[in-house]
Amino acid sequence: MAGACPCHSIFLIAERYETLVIQKKNPIDLLFSVITAGASFMVILLVIGIFAILLKESSLSIGKFGFIKFIVTNEWNPVTELFGAAASIYGTMVTTAIALIIAIPIAIGIAVFVTEIATDFLKGPIGAAIELLAAIPSIIYGMWGLFTVAPIMTKYIEPALQKSLGLVPLIGMLFQGTPMGIDLLTASVILSIMIIPFTASISRDAFNLTPAVVKESAYAVGATQWEVVRDVVLPYSKMGVFGGIVLSLGRALGETMAVAFVLGNNHQITSSLFSAAATITVTLANEFTEADKDIYLSSLFHLALVLFMMSFIVLAAAKFLLFKAERKINR
Amino acid sequence: MKNVLSIFLMVFLLTLTYSSAGAADMINGAGASFPYPVYSSWAYDYHKATGIKFNYQSIGSGGGQRQIVGRTVDFGASDDPVKPEALKKDNLFQFPAVIGGVVPVVNISGIKDGELKLDAETLCGIYLGEIKKWNDAKLISLNPKLKLPDAGITVVQRSDGSGTTAIFTNYLAGVCTSFKNKVGEGKSVKWPAGIGGKGNEGVANYVKKSPNSIGYVEFAYAKQNKLTYTQLKNKAGNFVQPNFDSFGDAAESGDFDSKKDFYAWLNNTPGKTSWPIAGATFILLAKEKKDSNVKTVRFFEWVFKNGDAKAKELVYVPLPKSLKDKVRAYWKANGIQ
Amino acid sequence: MNIERRRKAENIIALFLSSLAAFSGISWLVFILGDVLIHGIGALKLSLFISDPVPPGVEGGGLRNAFAGQMLITLFATLIGVPFGVLGGTFLAEYARGTRVAAVVSILSDIMVSVPSIVIGTFIYAVLVKPLGHFSGWAGATALAVIMIPVVLRTTEDMLSLVPWTLREAAFALGAPYYKVIIQVVYRAAATGIFTGILLAVARVAGETAPLLFTSFNNAYFSLNMNGPISSLTATIFQYAMGPYDDWHAQAWAASFVITATVLLITIVGRILISWRLK
Repeated sequence: MAGACPCHSIFLIAERYETLVIQKKNPIDLLFSVITAGASFMVILLVIGIFAILLKESSLSIGKFGFIKFIVTNEWNPVTELFGAAASIYGTMVTTAIALIIAIPIAIGIAVFVTEIATDFLKGPIGAAIELLAAIPSIIYGMWGLFTVAPIMTKYIEPALQKSLGLVPLIGMLFQGTPMGIDLLTASVILSIMIIPFTASISRDAFNLTPAVVKESAYAVGATQWEVVRDVVLPYSKMGVFGGIVLSLGRALGETMAVAFVLGNNHQITSSLFSAAATITVTLANEFTEADKDIYLSSLFHLALVLFMMSFIVLAAAKFLLFKAERKINR
Repeated sequence: MKNVLSIFLMVFLLTLTYSSAGAADMINGAGASFPYPVYSSWAYDYHKATGIKFNYQSIGSGGGQRQIVGRTVDFGASDDPVKPEALKKDNLFQFPAVIGGVVPVVNISGIKDGELKLDAETLCGIYLGEIKKWNDAKLISLNPKLKLPDAGITVVQRSDGSGTTAIFTNYLAGVCTSFKNKVGEGKSVKWPAGIGGKGNEGVANYVKKSPNSIGYVEFAYAKQNKLTYTQLKNKAGNFVQPNFDSFGDAAESGDFDSKKDFYAWLNNTPGKTSWPIAGATFILLAKEKKDSNVKTVRFFEWVFKNGDAKAKELVYVPLPKSLKDKVRAYWKANGIQ
Repeated sequence: MNIERRRKAENIIALFLSSLAAFSGISWLVFILGDVLIHGIGALKLSLFISDPVPPGVEGGGLRNAFAGQMLITLFATLIGVPFGVLGGTFLAEYARGTRVAAVVSILSDIMVSVPSIVIGTFIYAVLVKPLGHFSGWAGATALAVIMIPVVLRTTEDMLSLVPWTLREAAFALGAPYYKVIIQVVYRAAATGIFTGILLAVARVAGETAPLLFTSFNNAYFSLNMNGPISSLTATIFQYAMGPYDDWHAQAWAASFVITATVLLITIVGRILISWRLK
């Protein structure tokens, strides 16, 4: 029966499908295909399940505060039982934004170095170092942040920033208050170190996909290395780099442990990066097992739902854009 | 491939049978971090003496209440006494286990234990974010002899649902109306300033690490971690040092009534030498969990008999004998002994 | 001439900056690992592995409970997550290859990989902890398994897709039904790749903390009872590092050292396997 398959047409789906239809007549095969199908539908089930359960658990909070109003209300007060997510969302967005601002240039620099500058002798070790940096558990980053980075921030970096940038009008707003080391800035720095390897390794892979011929013809007309990177490699691989950045963005949005140690858990929206704050993840980690009232717990589920939707939408949108770009190239 | 599958299956079955054995001798509880040092010491001794494991996780009083209401643990612990009506609603028992004091701790170079004097007004000011510097005129007038630095105050509070915070804010709200109006009291409140540590442990850790900071912890944490504690002015107008005697004086005034499930506060008591911020820490049991209740009560019966020395060593005040008897009667009356 | 010089200068600055970036990347790694190494090795004692925690203030003690719990949770997470992942990946790459369903599941898996792990913790709390009435090792293992499934599923799909279709057709020609072809031919051809994927997924979940906080909780004692709260290294590190006691800090560093070394070792083995296979 399998012999009926014309063997040279390897990648033609239609013909393969024909093979499969014939195959499905075997009862064990049918069983196996059903089992594997069930296992893969598990993923769909999980996505729907997470959404449904979080929605159900947060219904109390949605009913009392309203879904949208909850997001824009800056109030987190267990005494009066009034909850709003604005401060936590603000913390999540600020730490993520600063982490990306620090991480993206460094990560792209690393990718440029590894693909365009480094000799083969250096490529291996640096590439490996980046991969390892990505594998270190986030709690190690958090601990390192608390014991090593926070004291350095308090003693040297934050006072220095305050004395220099702190005096500049407008930007100075970001560097007010007592440097404590347990604040938005430290958390963002730790977060940025954590996401550098994700962006770097994907950008490197994307850079490597640039055809050598294109680069060489640029060199042939006298372009410098930097010009090749800026005008040939980057435009060619921008979608890949974008994918890497989105992946890092997803990581940064949902990271808990790396920031939990050094953020200081205070539900407030302030302009200064030297003040304690809260992110959605840290709020959940700190308060989830301890919320005493039903509405409190429900609000925490509501927070989890907001975070789930945030990361889902960001990643789905990115996937969609990448997909569209791919189709454009293929056409 | 078949071999791999069968090995896979075997490991699974083996671990399954192995891992479900030996669950009997464990009491699982969670809650207040305030009594964690003494509970864990008692549990250690109890395990040595009886072989029974008393697993106490310090997650905060709010957590203790939440987890026992949700019935995810055998007992909950809280220093924020639960009102009798709420107990009735959630079908819970409540009894006190030990008494302790909350003390302000500071990290200012050159200032030693018990040197800095604070009163209700300055403590309120600091926690409201109104007193921002250590050389504030109000602090200097209380401490004319100390060299207070020209540095910003890093205020440390609790980020989690905390009985220590409940005791502390109950005190502040009681002695200072602006605090009552602006912040209120409770296990977790909306702090106007500062950084939040998780548990007494977290506050102690942040104070230890941050220069020019102030925090509030149960006294055992200050002592075990060599944090600098302060004096406080009490209701009688005297400055007192935190120690076993001043906590004991506060404990004496406690009005614990078994009919009200021992609901009582020990803040700002009138005694001449009593420490103004103190409280008992409570155990919460689910009424229908008969078996585990007996196990938990057995542990505390053992503690009432053998645990006083250990408590004193960690500067907790054991319950006075009369109160212990009241608790025993409460157990008996409710059939959990 | 002037333009020429500017271009050269620009080039040198840009190259210098990217070298600096690469150098900083390396130095972060050295900084973190060095820090963990220095603090961790000093606190590494035999008692860490063979004795249970003691209350603060009592000398000695170890984290035997956390090591055992971590291994148990990770093991069960692997046992639950791997079959789902491998079988699901098989469906996408074989039975449903090229179909719309496969594309949807594939994209959803990619998104699931990036779903914040703490959200998965809250989800498992709602479905396994609250209804059953107690924290449990099972809940922790399930949470980690949920994180593992999409990771293993995607690697399996990729690895199976790399197996040439001709190989399958050769087997079909011998009259083998598809399931036999998959199990005996395709799996065998992709075994290293799938195994590597599993290794990397294990490395990823072994360092997870956030989903364990509300599921397996923590336990101060040695316990192998998956039906009750069980200790894990990562949750213990969180508790100990945030705590104020110096010997807690030392033990947290030692535990961090052990967990970092393990995770990195697994990752390195996985990477070597991949590069070995791609040659």
